[in-house]
Amino acid sequence: MLEVSGLTTRYGNISALRDANVSVGAGEVVGLIGPNGAGKTTLLGSIAGLLRPASGSVVFDGNDVTGAPPEVMLRSGLALVPEHRRIFTDMTVQENLKIGGVTRSADERAELLDEMALLFPVLRDKWDTPAGFLSGGEAQQLAIARALMSKPKLLMMDEPTLGLAPVLVDAIFELIDTLRSEGRTILVVEQNATRMLGAADRAYVMRSGEVVVTGTGAELRERSDLFDTFVGG
Amino acid sequence: MTGLLQNLIDGLGRGSIYALLALGIAVIFGVMHLLNFAHGELITVSGYASFAVFQSGWTWYLVAPLIIVVSVLASLLIERVAFSRVRGASDFTLLLTSFGVHFLVSAMFVMYVSASVKSFPRPGWVTDTYSVGSLSIEVFDTVVILVTLVTLIATAALLQRTMFGLSLRAAAADFDTARLMGVRSDSVIRGAFALSGLLAGIAGIFWLMRAGSTTPTGGIDPMLKGVLAALIGGLGSLRGAVLGGLALGMAEVLLRSRLPAGVAPLTEGVVFALIALLFIFRPQGLITVAHAERV
Repeated sequence: MLEVSGLTTRYGNISALRDANVSVGAGEVVGLIGPNGAGKTTLLGSIAGLLRPASGSVVFDGNDVTGAPPEVMLRSGLALVPEHRRIFTDMTVQENLKIGGVTRSADERAELLDEMALLFPVLRDKWDTPAGFLSGGEAQQLAIARALMSKPKLLMMDEPTLGLAPVLVDAIFELIDTLRSEGRTILVVEQNATRMLGAADRAYVMRSGEVVVTGTGAELRERSDLFDTFVGG
Repeated sequence: MTGLLQNLIDGLGRGSIYALLALGIAVIFGVMHLLNFAHGELITVSGYASFAVFQSGWTWYLVAPLIIVVSVLASLLIERVAFSRVRGASDFTLLLTSFGVHFLVSAMFVMYVSASVKSFPRPGWVTDTYSVGSLSIEVFDTVVILVTLVTLIATAALLQRTMFGLSLRAAAADFDTARLMGVRSDSVIRGAFALSGLLAGIAGIFWLMRAGSTTPTGGIDPMLKGVLAALIGGLGSLRGAVLGGLALGMAEVLLRSRLPAGVAPLTEGVVFALIALLFIFRPQGLITVAHAERV
């Protein structure tokens, strides 16, 4: 479904991402792990259109979408839950969700809102609350629900558990499980490598701007040379 | 007491026009961080369009809607020709571009139309007044206040209830994230310019009705009032812009009627001094906005 080949992205002269090759198949849950500064966020940003790659290609659903702006990427079926959630704090929970469904028809948006109310009971209780008043865990759920409102073929999440209390981290991983059982395709950047390996079908390990290895959780846990990845992030 | 009430009503009438101008400036600032010094040119262009059609015998009933159409189209054209090319540039570049548009438009009218004042008839009721108790209220102010009220309610509904309004608010809060959700930057920016043009058009009708004339530099005064009101309110805050406009109108009327006879002609100067004072103590304006991301 997603084929990233030889993707390189620079900030000025610094290559934050070098020659990255990543693929995600339909229905797969894929993790992206590695220490801080490994280029995970840069990779997601380059796929989602927030950053323009210097070279390489992003092929999604058979179409070359390399370098397309975010609004075009979203329309092709890629949604990103950005780092730090970036929910619209002055807007209500419902308004945030509606914006997430801005590309959908009014009828479809109404159906999706009902769907989100079922999937995220916490949000349903705060429908008309300004999103700025949500707790960290609620805000993260809102950010994920907002991305799901676009009915993405591929959902990408950047550090969904960052800064959350352990019990909320559990909730996010449960959510990933639920989404997986619905057959959704997901690519998650996660600092919590051990838990990610448990939740994902497969993972890529990144280090200093490069994708160094891929494999299933069991395979990656065997690799003692990746030890710093598990304790470092 | 009656005097004060009289001032407040007069100030509300004047401030309503400023509020509409400031709101248009705030809408654009919100989505692209552009402080639009060319905003007054919408009134200049509308003024010349009005002058032209009055020559062919149009009346205010037709001219008023024409002003709105011209203002919206001019706003979209300016965006297309000038501002779309500097999207994402530094605030300073945007500022200079808007100054450039401002001078270019007035220069074009000097070169291709005339440097002199072009007059057209004012509607007869502009100077009519009616009495309520001991108050003498202008029909014009009454119309301005009512139309502004309806416009503000409609604008609020647009922003709260339509997907365009939500997109505009989302883009003003965090442009990149709005685009990640699928909000098209082109449509939201063009929509903002159309809305800004519409608000300037409504303000322009009243401005031109009262002035009864237009000049190549006629855009400076409404632009200054709009920009100042938006700054007073706290740039980027739409509610602030409206409050700022009303406050500016009130301040002008109150000062003009209260200052000693010798100083009254300097009202503008005194208002500017007060605004300078406000910014010393409250540089962010009346309403603080969490800083918006730029395009």
